[in-house]
Amino acid sequence: MAMLGRKLVRDLLHIRGQAIAIILVIACGVAAFVTMRSMYRSLLRSQADYYARYRFADVFAEFKRAPDWVANRIREIPGVAQVQPRVVMDVTLNVPGLKEPAVGRLISMPAEDSGALNELFLRSGRFIDSHAANEVIASEAFASANHLHLGSTLQAIIHGRWQQLTVVGIALSPEYIYEIRGGASLFPDNRRFGVLWMSPEALQAALDMQGAFNSIAVSLRPHASEPEVIASMDRILDRYGCLGAYGREDQISHRFISDEISQNRISAMIIPAIFLVVAGMLVHLSFSRLVNMQRSEIAVIKAFGFTSRQIATHYVQFSLLIASVGYMLGCIVGWAFGIRLAKLYAEFYRFPILIYRPELSIFLWAGFICAVTAVAGALAPVLRAAALPPAEAMRPESPQQFSPTLMDRLNVRVRSAALRMIVRNLERRPWRALASAFAICTAIMIVVVEFGMFDSLDRIMELQFRDTQREDITVTFNEARSASVRQELAHLPGVIASEPFRAVPVRLRFRHRSRKTSLLGLASGSRMRLMIDQQGRQALMPPDGLILSTTLAELLHVAPGESVQVEVLEGHRLVRSLPVAALVDEPLGTSAYMELNALNRILLEGNSISGAYLQVDAARQQVLYQRLKTLPAVAAVAVKKTTVDSFRDTINRSMALSLGTLILFAAIIAAGMIYNGARIALSERARELATLRILGFTRQEITSILLGEQALITLFALPFGFLAGYGLCAQMAARLQTELYRMPLVVRPTSYAWAFLMVLFSAILSGVLVGRRIAHLDMISVLKSRE
Amino acid sequence: MTFITENLAEISKPLGRHIHAGFGDAMATVPHNTASVAEVVFHVQSVSKIYQTGDVTVTALRGVSLDLAAGEFIVILGPSGSGKSTLLNIMGGLDTPTTGDVRFRDHWLSQAGDAGLTQFRREHVGFVFQFYNLIPSLTALENVTLVTEIAEHAMDPREALRLVGLTERQNHFPSQLSGGEQQRVAIARAIAKTPDILLCDEPTGALDYPTAKLILDVLAHVNQELHTLVAVITHNTAIADMADRVIRLRSGEITEITRNVRKSRPDELEW
Repeated sequence: MAMLGRKLVRDLLHIRGQAIAIILVIACGVAAFVTMRSMYRSLLRSQADYYARYRFADVFAEFKRAPDWVANRIREIPGVAQVQPRVVMDVTLNVPGLKEPAVGRLISMPAEDSGALNELFLRSGRFIDSHAANEVIASEAFASANHLHLGSTLQAIIHGRWQQLTVVGIALSPEYIYEIRGGASLFPDNRRFGVLWMSPEALQAALDMQGAFNSIAVSLRPHASEPEVIASMDRILDRYGCLGAYGREDQISHRFISDEISQNRISAMIIPAIFLVVAGMLVHLSFSRLVNMQRSEIAVIKAFGFTSRQIATHYVQFSLLIASVGYMLGCIVGWAFGIRLAKLYAEFYRFPILIYRPELSIFLWAGFICAVTAVAGALAPVLRAAALPPAEAMRPESPQQFSPTLMDRLNVRVRSAALRMIVRNLERRPWRALASAFAICTAIMIVVVEFGMFDSLDRIMELQFRDTQREDITVTFNEARSASVRQELAHLPGVIASEPFRAVPVRLRFRHRSRKTSLLGLASGSRMRLMIDQQGRQALMPPDGLILSTTLAELLHVAPGESVQVEVLEGHRLVRSLPVAALVDEPLGTSAYMELNALNRILLEGNSISGAYLQVDAARQQVLYQRLKTLPAVAAVAVKKTTVDSFRDTINRSMALSLGTLILFAAIIAAGMIYNGARIALSERARELATLRILGFTRQEITSILLGEQALITLFALPFGFLAGYGLCAQMAARLQTELYRMPLVVRPTSYAWAFLMVLFSAILSGVLVGRRIAHLDMISVLKSRE
Repeated sequence: MTFITENLAEISKPLGRHIHAGFGDAMATVPHNTASVAEVVFHVQSVSKIYQTGDVTVTALRGVSLDLAAGEFIVILGPSGSGKSTLLNIMGGLDTPTTGDVRFRDHWLSQAGDAGLTQFRREHVGFVFQFYNLIPSLTALENVTLVTEIAEHAMDPREALRLVGLTERQNHFPSQLSGGEQQRVAIARAIAKTPDILLCDEPTGALDYPTAKLILDVLAHVNQELHTLVAVITHNTAIADMADRVIRLRSGEITEITRNVRKSRPDELEW
């Protein structure tokens, strides 16, 4: 077998171009598998580990204000292990170095080692002195985004009063792995939203909440029923203005990170599978050709007395050798990539430690899958080689049989003989052509889907921040104010126009279905908050009656014209029945809208408003920000542009890496397939092409005949790739749809163009590589040789 | 076989070619390595060809000089390795000499690059191979059309096939044709562009006796009626009798050039 081994290595060198193509595709598959699978496992482990060690709560509830003893009642609910009453309040912050006001979420946190739920992991500094009124621990994401250090100070308007806060510690919390404010925000904006933990005494005092709390976190005993605990909590907390307790599934940070982790799991199966199927096909095509080329060698070896088994083993080893190179390359790349990705995730998610330690089993699995791919791809040609009788093998391969093709039967007039050759060759081996087309189609699909996801996110941004929200700044008051406040806002520097809004928490009920949401009262004829209906037209605010987002209407199974019961969850807790006037398509949230005055009327209040939308003179916005930061009535200021910018920035950072990688991988698939196809065609038809050269065809002409075949396959694959990409986008849009947001199905022409460019680039690259070989075609040997 | 003759006579008229009468006895005094006084189209001057493969140097041709006239029928004889194929390759623009000059009319082949040689082959040379070298994915007619598409003074491909007597098989693929039929398609393909030179490398080497004679008959008539310079490489000395001149090569050198006073007809040949 030693000599066969040597033959193996030399043969490998001989077909190195094809071998490299196979190796690269296998490496991509293995790298994708190793990266994604190990990332999935690491994230899952880190998450579970983090939750357990820092006692992440199971159930959460927020409400207006409840006396301390209510916590004891909740503690007595069967199944509850531990409760943590706390005070949570969003306030306006003046952060040094940040022009616009930021939102700080103040959370009361007991002293160190109290065994509290959602315990902090202190990255630096110390815990809060329980008597110090101005000490805070800042979340690491917020601190690093704003360059806050131990000892940094920032100002907050707490309960209408300015207060100076000093950062004494920087920490992570299992509750804010993904630090996001909630509501319409989809991505963290760490510069303008951050969590600050304060001593309970200090925060209660600052908020006039002595002896009371407004948020509770609960852990459950093993085997406790979460829905039952939630129901019990709702019964107790309802009268304190609770919008409903919820479990981890609805806890925003947990929800996002779990979604992300499970996406990794699915991708870890699908993407490597695509690559390995293509790799298998490449192995099959290359080995079919190899065995045909080595017929006489096989015959000689057999004539010497080697057994069929030895022959089969030889070729299987050959294929395994190629696969193992791809496997090793893939493992290295996958590992390196995993480390980079782990860093990115750690930054994004703020795990105290994200240990990226790929398990051995992942590599073993990858190896196994590789081996199966290699053997499966080579199987048919190898069996054919083994079954070859020595005498038969010594004879040349039977001449290529051609017969009139579909094109001829349909009497399609193809004038060019070159084109006719191309079409007949394709029709003669339809499966090979289809396999190539399939791989190219897959590569196109990958690119279309990747860009399509960008398009969809972009469309969400457009719908929300260009079409719907026309304001520059949203100012929210810490409590409902008289409409006259609006006049004060209008007179602030730089304010061009202002529109008031009123927001109240409500429960909407239709038949047996109900939903808690925010009911937003808007001025009639509002120009800053437009209602866009399903036909893309502007919906007019009805004098009375509701406008619901389509998502909300679907959740309630209610249609325009029907009436829903509206239960106001604050103040007098009035219940009204209101007709649904229209539906609007909104990508984010599940909101309900009505006319401001009508809302004031049903709330039995005067002209109250919760905040205002402002249109601002860009030149004077700095001054305005400064003023807003000092207004005690202002609870939060949201600047649309910074929201949009941070959104885009986050998307770009988090998706650029995966986008770049997947496009590269797709290009490898396409180039690998096109190159291999052209290379095999060249080896099969070297004689034919050399004859054409002798007959006076130029190098360009025969190159175009050879590559024309691949070009035709690529052209054929193109629309199917586009279609498959669009189909997968549609599937993903449907799958990614949640109550928080709905993914519009948008694939822009530029996305198809990118896919096309990727294929074009791959095709040109392959063409150049193969074209170089055509230049060295030996015309003379053809004259003498026999097929 | 007469139909071929008739057809060739027919086709030669519209093509307006000057029908050459052949060489008379008066020319026997002319040195044999030069062609007739008039219309020398091919000059081969002191051509050597050295192949270098790794450490091995092979001298395939050593200072070969030769003139060929339009309309001549040349047979090149020689054992394996004598350099006859190399000479044919250089004349056909498939290869360039290491030293020496090759000129076809105003084409300096010895200095031409790839593009120039391709152009030369395209315009002036027809090739017939031992193993036909047809394009398997094209029918007989399409194989001929392939060449007429890129040639300037091409004849109708159907006419070319009619000349070799294959009209009825024109829509068959190579795999559906016998060896002789395939070679006739190859000849049709070679003459369809009305080349100035028809180079044949062992055209009958793979054929049985009667088929071989049929092919030689076609070649003879192409030479006579279309006034095409035909050069045939062969092992088969019997074929030499149908040539105007016979060139013998050994070890890369011309050892002998003989002129046949009387050319045999293909049907007179025996082997």
